[in-house]
Amino acid sequence: MLKLPIFLDHNSTTPTDPRVLEAMLPYFTQHFGNAASRNHPFGWRAEEAVDYAREQIAVLVGADEREIIFTSGATESDNLAIKGVAEMYARKGNHIVTLTTEHKAVLDTCRALEKRGIKVTYVPVESDGLVDLQKLADAVTDKTILVSVMFANNEIGVIQPIKEISAIAHAKGALFMTDATQAVGKVPVDVEEYGIDLMAFTAHKMYGPKGVGALYVRRKNPRVKVTAQMDGGGHERGMRSGTLNVPGIVGFGKACEIAKNEMVDDAIRLSRLRDKLETELLKLPETVVNGNRERRLPHTTNISFKFVEGEGLMMGMKDVAVSSGSACTSASLEPSYVLKALGLSDELGHSSIRFGLGRFTTEEEIDYAIETTTRAVNQLRELSPLWEMHLEGVDISKIEWAHH
Amino acid sequence: MAYSQKIIDHYTQPRNVGVLDKSSPNVGTGLVGAPECGDVMRLQIEVDAETKIIRDAKFKTFGCGSAIASSSVATEWLKGRTIDEALTISNMDIVEELSLPPVKIHCSVLAEDAIKSAINDYRVKNGLPPIEQAESVAVSAR
Repeated sequence: MLKLPIFLDHNSTTPTDPRVLEAMLPYFTQHFGNAASRNHPFGWRAEEAVDYAREQIAVLVGADEREIIFTSGATESDNLAIKGVAEMYARKGNHIVTLTTEHKAVLDTCRALEKRGIKVTYVPVESDGLVDLQKLADAVTDKTILVSVMFANNEIGVIQPIKEISAIAHAKGALFMTDATQAVGKVPVDVEEYGIDLMAFTAHKMYGPKGVGALYVRRKNPRVKVTAQMDGGGHERGMRSGTLNVPGIVGFGKACEIAKNEMVDDAIRLSRLRDKLETELLKLPETVVNGNRERRLPHTTNISFKFVEGEGLMMGMKDVAVSSGSACTSASLEPSYVLKALGLSDELGHSSIRFGLGRFTTEEEIDYAIETTTRAVNQLRELSPLWEMHLEGVDISKIEWAHH
Repeated sequence: MAYSQKIIDHYTQPRNVGVLDKSSPNVGTGLVGAPECGDVMRLQIEVDAETKIIRDAKFKTFGCGSAIASSSVATEWLKGRTIDEALTISNMDIVEELSLPPVKIHCSVLAEDAIKSAINDYRVKNGLPPIEQAESVAVSAR
């Protein structure tokens, strides 16, 4: 039976898989030891569990377990990687290359470094959301110490040509880092195959708990080092101090193990449901998909419904939880910077909805979402003066609108 | 942030959605906001030539739920008032009526602009000088 509301916002977070929760529970009350306690069985038990999880995580991304550094989440991992590299390699260079469509955790970290004198080049993307490799290559210089490009975009789901990008970075002697928060556990990510030196990812986007993430730091060819951003007991090989979140880490490990086994089947099922959703919604006139439709995550689509405002639309799609590129709630009234980077007009940005399917999404839920969204779009268009003008053949872009 | 009951009511059952004949001398039309800002309101009033009482009001709005609700409330309040009385409707009245949160106050400002703009359109059509208002009004509404 259909249970409302329906969650179609899996790019923001995911429910913890019951199998993950089950694995975690004993580590709250029974095996609660501090993994850094070396002299009693409570500590040993916790350390053993952390070691096991570290291996489960390493296996999923093709890494060695010694290359996994636990953090509080992807934002911290991004900060540690970028700031840590900038400090550690300061004598080698002072330039970082990234994209305009990166997550704020990367962009704001780069902005903070700019204040400390680091030079950052923000390479624009093409209208499909993918970076032009030539433009990226042109941005990398002998002073570049790090190229940071996200694996998959959180708003539109497009997957960047990571292998080619890491080759460009390495050819110029720079390290390559990727924020793979949206990709790990959803599509195959292998640090060797893709030539990744540093990689940020997190448990809660892949059916694990919130509050635990990881930074992959390459140990061989080359051996990468980052300067710690948190001082303390020297945990995690001195790169990240702080008592380990043992239950969270156990859950993260279990989530990776499940993803390893089920990711491919999930992707096949979800891309079919996503395509159904997309095909049905595109039957509405003046509706477009944002971003490249070939190279993207299997469970994500971002659609603009012209002449309807996204936040108003979400209110009409009650019982279907999604997100919008409309920033009507922000003081700036600026729509999504990612959609703007694709060259979309602000108007289309305001009209966008991101649908993110997940492991527990059913076909019945997708049918409900199609029906609800279609009804809401039609209702709001009846209410929209822009839709009326469009039907009368008025070119809205020719009207001289006054701006607030 | 949850929506107030009144916003939900006006959003799900908006009052006075529609169009009046903008070429009629008795109809004043206000078109405010901009698509790039995520809000466009068109508010129209039909005025009795003798009494200057607003007999009918209609709107269409592109925007969030609060913008739709603000314009819906505005049309309800306009009907039955004279055009001079209508000028006393302030955005803060709408904020209060709908319990708009601070981030949504601009929706009420837009509704007030739409009211003033519609009244001005009517005044100018009927040889009266326009009243002063903020400049957030579309310059050439077609």
